[in-house]
Amino acid sequence: MTTTTGPHPTRRLILQGAASVALLGLGNLPFAAAPALAAANDKYPEEAFKLKNEADAIKALYGRTAEPSDKIKLDAPEIAENGGVVPISVTVTLDKVTSISFFVAENPNALAASYRIPEGTLPAIANRLKMAKTTNVTAIVEADGKLYSATKEVKVTVGGCGG
Amino acid sequence: MASSIRVRATANGDITEVQTLIQHPMDTGLVKDAKGEAIPAHFIQQLKFECNGKDVFVADWGTAVSKDPYVKFSFKGAKKGDELKISWTDNKGGSDTITAKIA
Repeated sequence: MTTTTGPHPTRRLILQGAASVALLGLGNLPFAAAPALAAANDKYPEEAFKLKNEADAIKALYGRTAEPSDKIKLDAPEIAENGGVVPISVTVTLDKVTSISFFVAENPNALAASYRIPEGTLPAIANRLKMAKTTNVTAIVEADGKLYSATKEVKVTVGGCGG
Repeated sequence: MASSIRVRATANGDITEVQTLIQHPMDTGLVKDAKGEAIPAHFIQQLKFECNGKDVFVADWGTAVSKDPYVKFSFKGAKKGDELKISWTDNKGGSDTITAKIA
């Protein structure tokens, strides 16, 4: 049998490989500390998702403001017939991208989705978002510790709030 | 039960492209049903992709992600036959996991 790091190996456990293997070897010693740390590292930014205003949400998520960049290519339809499903994609040509987030300014809560980009993952994402009405969509990109943004307006003919 | 996650991961050289479609209502909590009662919020909060023991992509989602979410991304360092583990958790404590082979 090969040594495994339990049913849900995490980066942290693997980093602490020697320690965890030793602990596993000893049987059911509690090692709640390692998973707790990993969870804190990958924490869901609950507060940022609750904020209504785009600027507040950006600040809550990243703690600073972004500057516009032409190295972010934000693809969104000019007119969305159904605000419930708007395809949005972004491709970034900056180096060392660590995070990409999408904000929909006119939605009840501006932050729509936030993606963590580990090393080796390409800074290009496609997803589908809801939009309440005609609005600006902003992609915020964190690269090499700095914050960049790109914005595009989407005209929505039927809102995505089902109202 | 069939999995809520449908995934297609294709390796092309060093780059693996991953497309994922998940079945989930993604209720915002703002929509009212036929009786005028609000449908409680029910949405995926975190979606994680792991390959070869390493997180390759982590998505934190709010209610503005469309129903039956779709997401596409690419990463380097995997090859055909490697396993990609995908898991999500929602705001009601629901979750699902699937392991797909990279084709």
